[in-house]
Formats: sequence, C-alpha cells, structure tokens
Amino acid sequence: MARYRCPGCGYEYDEQKGDEHEGFKPGTLWSEVPEDWACADCAVRDKADFVKVDGLLA
Amino acid sequence: MSTTPMSAEPAAAYRDDKRHWWWLPLFVALSPVLGVYLAATTGQKLWLWITPILWYVALPVADWLVGRDTRNPPDAAVPSLESDRYYKFLVYASIPLFYVTWIVGAWAVATQDYGWAGYLGVSLSVALTNGLALVVGHEVGHKTGRFEKRLAQIVLAVPAYGHFSAEHNRGHHKDVATPDDPASSRFGESLYAFVLREIPGALGRAWRDEKVRLARSGKGPWSLSNELLQSFAITAVLYGSALALLGPVIIPFLLISTFWGWQFLSTSNYIEHYGLLRQKLPDGRFERCRPEHSWNADHIVSNLMLYHLQRHSDHHARPTRCYQALRSDKAPELPSGYPLCFTLTYFPPLWRAVMDKRVLAVYGGDITRVNIQPSKREQILARYGAGRQTATGV
Ligand SMILES: [Zn+2]
Repeated sequence: MARYRCPGCGYEYDEQKGDEHEGFKPGTLWSEVPEDWACADCAVRDKADFVKVDGLLA
Repeated sequence: MSTTPMSAEPAAAYRDDKRHWWWLPLFVALSPVLGVYLAATTGQKLWLWITPILWYVALPVADWLVGRDTRNPPDAAVPSLESDRYYKFLVYASIPLFYVTWIVGAWAVATQDYGWAGYLGVSLSVALTNGLALVVGHEVGHKTGRFEKRLAQIVLAVPAYGHFSAEHNRGHHKDVATPDDPASSRFGESLYAFVLREIPGALGRAWRDEKVRLARSGKGPWSLSNELLQSFAITAVLYGSALALLGPVIIPFLLISTFWGWQFLSTSNYIEHYGLLRQKLPDGRFERCRPEHSWNADHIVSNLMLYHLQRHSDHHARPTRCYQALRSDKAPELPSGYPLCFTLTYFPPLWRAVMDKRVLAVYGGDITRVNIQPSKREQILARYGAGRQTATGV
C-alpha cells in the first residue's frame, strides 16, 4: 500500500484509506484510479502529476 | 516562481492592513435590508436601489479614487495569516445574512407599496447580494474540509446555483483557459453569447462529473448523496415557502433576483479569462495553468467586497488558498475593477475596444495563440494579420 501526493496542494491519496467522497473504497490501488482523475482538492494537477510518497515499503 | 514583495519584511512584524476592512462584504450583504429600512423611515424610494448604485456607481468611483494595491504578505507570514480563524469567521458569518436579505427582499416586494420602480430596485439589490453569495460559496467551496463544502451548498442555495462547487472545482479549474471550458470566454465572444453558452454548459458539466463520482460508489445520479440535488432541495424549500406565504406577487422578484444573480457570476467568469489560452503541449495535454491565464484587477475597494477574487491568477495557481492570503501576481491586468468592467461587458463593442488589444499584448501580437470564438475565427485572423494558412490550425 502506497501513498501519492499532489505536487500542487499537498493532497495525499492513501491506497489503504482510499477516498470515500471520491468513491474510492479503502484498498483501492492507485492503478485503479482513472487516468483522467484530477486532484480531489485543487483539480489543478492530474493523476499523472502525482508523486509517490516514500513510505515503509518504498 | 512566486513574486516576492518589495522588501523582506520580517514576518513577526507583519500587520495585515486590510484585516478590519474584511467586514465590508457583510455590510454589502445586508445593504438591501438597509435600503428597505431607510425607504420606510424616510419615504425616499431611491434607497431601494442602494445595492445597484453601490455596485455600478459607488464602487467604480471608489476604485478610481483609492486605486490599486500590489503589496503581498511576506512568505513567512502566510501560514499564520491563513490559520487565523478571524478571517474564516467573517466568511461564515456572512452566510445567514444572505438568507436574511433574501427573505426581507421577498417580504418587502410582496407587502410594501413600492410601484414597479421600487420593486425592481429591491429585486436587483437582492440579485447583487445573490451574486455575492456566489462569491462566498466560491470561497468556502474551495476549502478542503467537509464542513466548509457543506456551507457552500447552503449559501449557494440562495441564488439557486447549488451545482457551482462541482462545476467550478472539478470542471472550470481543470479546463480553465482552454477552448472547451464553458466558463472561459473567447476572444470575439460577446457577454450575451457567453452567458448562453456558460449557464447550460456549467450545469451539464457539473451533472456529468457528479454522476461519474457517484457511479464510483455504485450509486445512480438520482441519489440522496447527489450534492447538486442536496443544494437544490434547500432552494426548493426556500423559494417554495416564500411563494406559499407571500403569493405569486413575488414571481417577478424570484426571476429577476435569480437570473441577475447568475448574470453576476457569468459576467465575472467572462472577464476573468477573456481570450486567454493555455497552449497545447506535444503530448496532447494543455500546459499547466499559469498566472498569464487569468486577468487580474488589484483594485483595493472592489477586492474587499469580492474577497480578493480579482487576484485571480494566484487563485488559479493555488485554489485552496484562503482569500486573505491571495497574492498580487505578475499577470495581465484588467483596465479597472470588476464593477466597472461589468458595465463595459454589457456593451460588447466597448468591451472589445478596451480588451482586444490587451489580449494581443499578452501574446506579443500573435493572434494564433489566442482563444478565439470559432464562428469568428477566419474574420479575426484576417483582421489581426495572421495568414490564411494558419486559419485551419488547431
Ligand atoms: Zn492538488
């Protein structure tokens, strides 16, 4: 399970938690997030811009 | 890439000169009530026009007298400025005022003997506070907390524009200054053509995006979780009870205050990105939104009424940043604050006489880099000196 951060606003997508409001159940992998999905907080950056946060498994 | 303030002011010593002036929009939000009160006590019905006079006459004069302000808080002072709850409180406090004003306005036109001119004055006054309610909905709707997003739904119910948060945050901010954004106006497009494109376009985009969001949770669009419908339901209760209690006499009030309130939003959108275009990159994506993709107006007085909305390029660079911390950018400048620009847009030839040369200046005179109204493309390219061969370009 990894986390991915928006380089613009700092929003983090955590695969473990998902994002209920966006409709991503806990455990939804980053690869399952649609390619055209934009940052939930700022919408300035798209999925492609997100950077992986170095976690324990990285 | 942020522009640094003139000098390195130490953050600890920083004082926000505008701090106490942020009460101004709360006064404006209540101004129609003040007008109704003063008309009753003085017998002078001109008071019923207080808010249109404020917006269309007093603010342009005040902008001209007080001028512009390009000072920014030092970077080090921004975190404490942003976390200061005083600024949040002022925005929250304005929300019930829009309800009070709307209810007093509806009551006044139904029960007071104003004649058609007074009735119209109250309706237009409430239309403008509805416009301000949209600005407040914009401010809180951009915040990341659920609570503030709820507040946005509540305040946006007054002007009957509950789809705004979805449309604006997920739609406009993603597509801003691209040819297909219904909320970015094109070079050569009149305000009237834009309004007819934007209002249905915005609703359609918001609905589609909300449908996609709900579908990911396995829900259909006609669900109680649909945030557009939640806000529209509040509108239905508000408008429905007013109609039931006050009668059909308020129908013209409802129509004028709602549609002219929407016009306030559409006209703001019209002037915020007129003609500006993000260029397409080789990989097919549009370049990221930068300061030169928004028009700014750093006029002090109108910015106080609009929660710094006129510092628009910084807002697009950092949409979640609070109003009090928005920065003046090196961005294209409008000739005046929004209030006077509104009047210019109502007369399309006047607007184009003032703005078209400014758009061209942003692109060093290269018309092919401008966001052009497709129906006028050939004509505009011919007029501004681009050869026919580029006319078929993307
Ligand atoms: Zn973001």
